[in-house]
Amino acid sequence: MKILLPFLGVIGVVMVAFVGVELLNLRYLFGIIIPYAAFITFMAGVILHVLKWGRSAVPFCIPTTSGQQKSFPWVKRDRLDNPSDNLEVIGRMALEVFLFRSLFSNTSSSLKEDEGRLIHGSSKWLWGAGLAFHWTFFIVVFRHLRLFVDPIPSVLYLVDSLDGLMQLGVPVLYWTGLILLGSATYLFIRRVFIPQVRYISLPNDHFPLLLIIAIVLSGLLMRYFLKVDIIYVKDLTVGLFSLKPVITHNLGLIFYIHLFLVSVLLAYFPFSKLMHAAGVLLSPTRNMPNNSRRVRHINPWNYPVKVHTYEEYEDDFRDKMKKAGIPVEKE
Amino acid sequence: MSNSKSEELSSDIKYTLPEEDWMDVPVRMKKGMYCHGANENSLITVGFPNPRQWSSSETNWKLPENWQDIVLTGMAERLEKYRSFHIFMDICVRCGACADKCHFFLGTGDPKNMPVLRAELLRSIYRREFTTAGKLFGKFAGARELNEEVLREWWYYFFQCTECRRCSVFCPYGIDTAEITMIARELLNLLGLNIEWIAGPVANCYMKGNHLGLEPHTITSSVEFLTDEIEELTGIKIEPTFNRKGAEILFVTPSGDLFADPGTYTCMGYLMLFHELGLDYTWSTYASEGGNFGSFTSNEMGKRLNSKIYAEAKRLGVKWILGGECGHMWRVLNQYMDTWNGPADFLEVPVSPITGTVFENASSTKMVHISEFTADLLKHDRLEIAPSRNDHYKVTYHDSCNTSRGMGLLEEPRYIIKKVCNNFFEMPEHTIREKTFCCGSGSGLNASENMEMRLRGGFPRANAVKYVKNKYDVDMLACICAIDRAALTTIMDYWVPGVRVIGVTELLANAMKMKGENNRQTDLRGDPLLGAEGGDAEEESEDV
Ligand code: SF4
Ligand code: SF4
Repeated sequence: MKILLPFLGVIGVVMVAFVGVELLNLRYLFGIIIPYAAFITFMAGVILHVLKWGRSAVPFCIPTTSGQQKSFPWVKRDRLDNPSDNLEVIGRMALEVFLFRSLFSNTSSSLKEDEGRLIHGSSKWLWGAGLAFHWTFFIVVFRHLRLFVDPIPSVLYLVDSLDGLMQLGVPVLYWTGLILLGSATYLFIRRVFIPQVRYISLPNDHFPLLLIIAIVLSGLLMRYFLKVDIIYVKDLTVGLFSLKPVITHNLGLIFYIHLFLVSVLLAYFPFSKLMHAAGVLLSPTRNMPNNSRRVRHINPWNYPVKVHTYEEYEDDFRDKMKKAGIPVEKE
Repeated sequence: MSNSKSEELSSDIKYTLPEEDWMDVPVRMKKGMYCHGANENSLITVGFPNPRQWSSSETNWKLPENWQDIVLTGMAERLEKYRSFHIFMDICVRCGACADKCHFFLGTGDPKNMPVLRAELLRSIYRREFTTAGKLFGKFAGARELNEEVLREWWYYFFQCTECRRCSVFCPYGIDTAEITMIARELLNLLGLNIEWIAGPVANCYMKGNHLGLEPHTITSSVEFLTDEIEELTGIKIEPTFNRKGAEILFVTPSGDLFADPGTYTCMGYLMLFHELGLDYTWSTYASEGGNFGSFTSNEMGKRLNSKIYAEAKRLGVKWILGGECGHMWRVLNQYMDTWNGPADFLEVPVSPITGTVFENASSTKMVHISEFTADLLKHDRLEIAPSRNDHYKVTYHDSCNTSRGMGLLEEPRYIIKKVCNNFFEMPEHTIREKTFCCGSGSGLNASENMEMRLRGGFPRANAVKYVKNKYDVDMLACICAIDRAALTTIMDYWVPGVRVIGVTELLANAMKMKGENNRQTDLRGDPLLGAEGGDAEEESEDV
């Protein structure tokens, strides 16, 4: 059920595009209005959410320290895993965001039941697949920019030519697309087949993965098999980008399905766990230096509390203290 | 080496998962896996909400009429007060990286002990009440209603997390389930759903200055008892001072070390070290607790208890503060104290009176860790050390959770150990330093009625100790934590009999030659030294 529902959900999205475009001929709606609405939802949703997080206070300096602190000059400290100033924090964050450093150190534990022995080994699959997925996703999205701007900036040509290095006929085969499909499929399969991961997964963990797989599949279909004419696509996308959208040609159903899937992903993003993309930057256990003994961290809502003062304590125990030879304030 | 006792618990650990979805598995509170509820009086002493007579094993917890409102208002308030909480509620992707990192999961196989599910227990309510998706799509979006069943589940599992932060090390976003547990315990506290093992010590500490509730004259006599022991052992009479104004340094350590073996040996170590150095320091009976069980129940209570340390330092007019060996005490001192009760502008930047080293890293809190202090002494060769006096031990070292993952004090204790003993062996790499396994009894869970939970939680740590015991004949587990000293002793007796627990300062004191000491034949705990006195033992060949 946890998997079936999101699967049906994605099929549903495809069906809606099919009905809307093929049967009802709502090309203007699916080609222009929905993409705009989705994009606005995405931008506004993300910004509002980040602002909401930003309004929450950071009362304490609570980095998770994963290495040696800065103490004496003769003790080798770990600048990246236990940053002591903002520069080192930037280093830690950069490695976290670009290379998934925490996942890199992942381990997996298993129990030899007959001997009652626990074994911990290094485990890099999630790291590898996660990294491949996110990087190729990013490159693919970046590559798509050439559809929106005219003339195409040279950096896009560069990415394009690197990506298409393995030229296997026409059109050029982008290896990022294939890796994206492969890694997304792996991440999905792991969610379904690794018992622990299946157990913790929610329908809304499967949904975005399936949605992305569907997007990639429709994209690949469009590019390599159904061969939608890129010139006509550009008419629409450049128009969208320059706020003068027009639908000039019949672009074919697959294009609308692809576009609608992307729109759904965009609109879904700010209301889901996909916000981790922004949240990781604000995570206090990662983005703070471990310097709280050197620099006082201020809690904006710190308030005075009721304490049991020394005077009250001495009143409670004065005689006992005197008998034990402990100095007192009041005789 | 197998032992039949430990097979009892280990044989039923299975990482197989139920058929049903976790939300459909009702909480089954198993005896031995949870603590007694807080006594009425403990709550009244500190003014905590809903004091009443109740029992955690009964069904009627005597909740206030509007308990749901209290919880939800409390959550809303904390979402604004803690960005950590707010973000951790939103961004978990359930990647599973943290799933097998928790010692309670590894020791019980209970899926709700996977950090991610522990957090989902609370997150599911957050979604239902505070997110659009949760309100609209309910269970499909991982949301559920807050009812008494959920509340029991919270109580059971948030008092089955030792706030050790191991999960946080591996999470790609740094999601710290310890932080979520801290918030959850605050919410439970709003309903009077505390455990007595925390609430009792909190009340004690508030009124009497320490968790054990030792009154001033008991503190002095406990210390006197230890100085008598030292005199017997070394022939040296030590006369420490209490509440002395004008001392240079205030020394604060967990009260547990005054009271029970093997912590008392560590405490003797402090007394011997300070005497040998001629340190101008004082103990305090008012601030006689380094630990902070308040922090296991609410941020505010943590602050109320912690305030005594600075208040006393100010009253006595000391220059800086030295802190003893303890785990959570140092998480609090490193990450909370200055923010709560600072600025400590009435103190001076700590300088070692022996070596002249300025402790720059503590220039604002003005509080130095004993291992930092000692490592600096040894670096400057200010102590006469005979490491051979620890030759009768084969030592490994357990990093406490809080000093590793909430501070990063990894090298200093190792430096000391390597200086003061010849036989030191590390446990496997995935079980030490920032990846260290908890003793299973931290964050106020070291009671006795929850013994099965503690033993299970201690299983991964014990397993790694067993590995070095089998491989190198290790028989001593060193640590810098008072709770470890008590808790790991129990854990070792069960899982790895033959391994005892020792404080790093005890190891140091074993090896430290004191001026004017007599011919020492035994170590601090009365174990005979290898060979005769002095460096002779170094000649003995090791039998491996
Ligand atoms: S590692 Fe972090 S993101 Fe992954 S399941 Fe655990 S808490 Fe969630
Ligand atoms: S903080 Fe420690 S005890 Fe709590 S969930 Fe994480 S790993 Fe488990």
